[in-house]
Amino acid sequence: MAESQQHLQAAVLQIADDHLILGHRLSEWCGHAPMLEEDLSMPNMALDLIGQARHLYAYAAVLEGKGRSEDDLAYLRTDREYTNCLMVERGNTDFAHTMLKQLYFAAFMKPFWSFVENSSDSTLSSIAGKAVKEISYHIRHCGEWVIRLGDGTDESAQRMQQAVDALHPYTEELFWCDDHRQACIDDGVLPAEHVVRPQWQTTINAVFDQARLSTPEVTFPLLGGREGKHTEEFGFLLAELQYMQRAYPGAQW
Amino acid sequence: MSDSKMMPLWEVFIRPRNGLNHKHVGSLHAADGELALQAARDVYTRREEGNSIWVVRAEDILASDPDKSAENFDPAADKIYRHPSFYDIPDEVGHM
Repeated sequence: MAESQQHLQAAVLQIADDHLILGHRLSEWCGHAPMLEEDLSMPNMALDLIGQARHLYAYAAVLEGKGRSEDDLAYLRTDREYTNCLMVERGNTDFAHTMLKQLYFAAFMKPFWSFVENSSDSTLSSIAGKAVKEISYHIRHCGEWVIRLGDGTDESAQRMQQAVDALHPYTEELFWCDDHRQACIDDGVLPAEHVVRPQWQTTINAVFDQARLSTPEVTFPLLGGREGKHTEEFGFLLAELQYMQRAYPGAQW
Repeated sequence: MSDSKMMPLWEVFIRPRNGLNHKHVGSLHAADGELALQAARDVYTRREEGNSIWVVRAEDILASDPDKSAENFDPAADKIYRHPSFYDIPDEVGHM
């Protein structure tokens, strides 16, 4: 496969992994949400993310050209082969952490998909057209919760700020750029950091201002996922995510 | 979180298509109007049920008294002349 195609395949796989792992984490809330309404809305968003992951894996499989399927990529790789950023694999902790994690990610993906929608790659741009609508709603839904919890009771404000302090150091990895990503940026297929970061920052600032949250200074960004170096809890996530395909290879329903 | 002061009840109305009326579909709990609209979107429009949502606080709805339904509604029963069925419609008008 041509070098540029190799870079694109690796870059698409990073984004696919982000979506699958974040979607899986969010789906863990199903049946455990603090209220019935959220018990529907969180799995709704999880299904958006997993749906986007499917399209991305299918494309990555085609680019790879080795006969692997989207399921092979999603379920039959080892932990070190996943290149999602660390933030998306973090445990849910509480509702405040979960809403903030979704907001950080959605605020990044919106300008990302908006750029890709008009990019030169027709497969990616059609995925982006659908994804940008879904992710816009994630920003609105999670943003409204972050505002209400941050500017809510003493306890909700405290727990929301704790979530910011815990998760903010992970946000830097969203902007990770390696050789693969850079090649796609040079080809005009994926957006450069300077395209995405200002919009991400504007979205986060607007929510945090209303939520009365302060952004901690990050002296030590938490990185590693893009290079396959994951946290301990990632192993447990994969065990559950992959169980069915490992126990019953090729199972279908 | 289902405390009725923090999370009051909202009634949800959905318009299935342009040109049709909003129709009551159910209720839900939410802290305020914005979250009620979002919850309504997530709970009641997952299967393309509509393209517009209204929510209204359940406590803001005034209902007629069921005990007074006889005096409210029975008097209309024998006034069939109120139905527009006593006119000859010219053929040119077609179906009305």
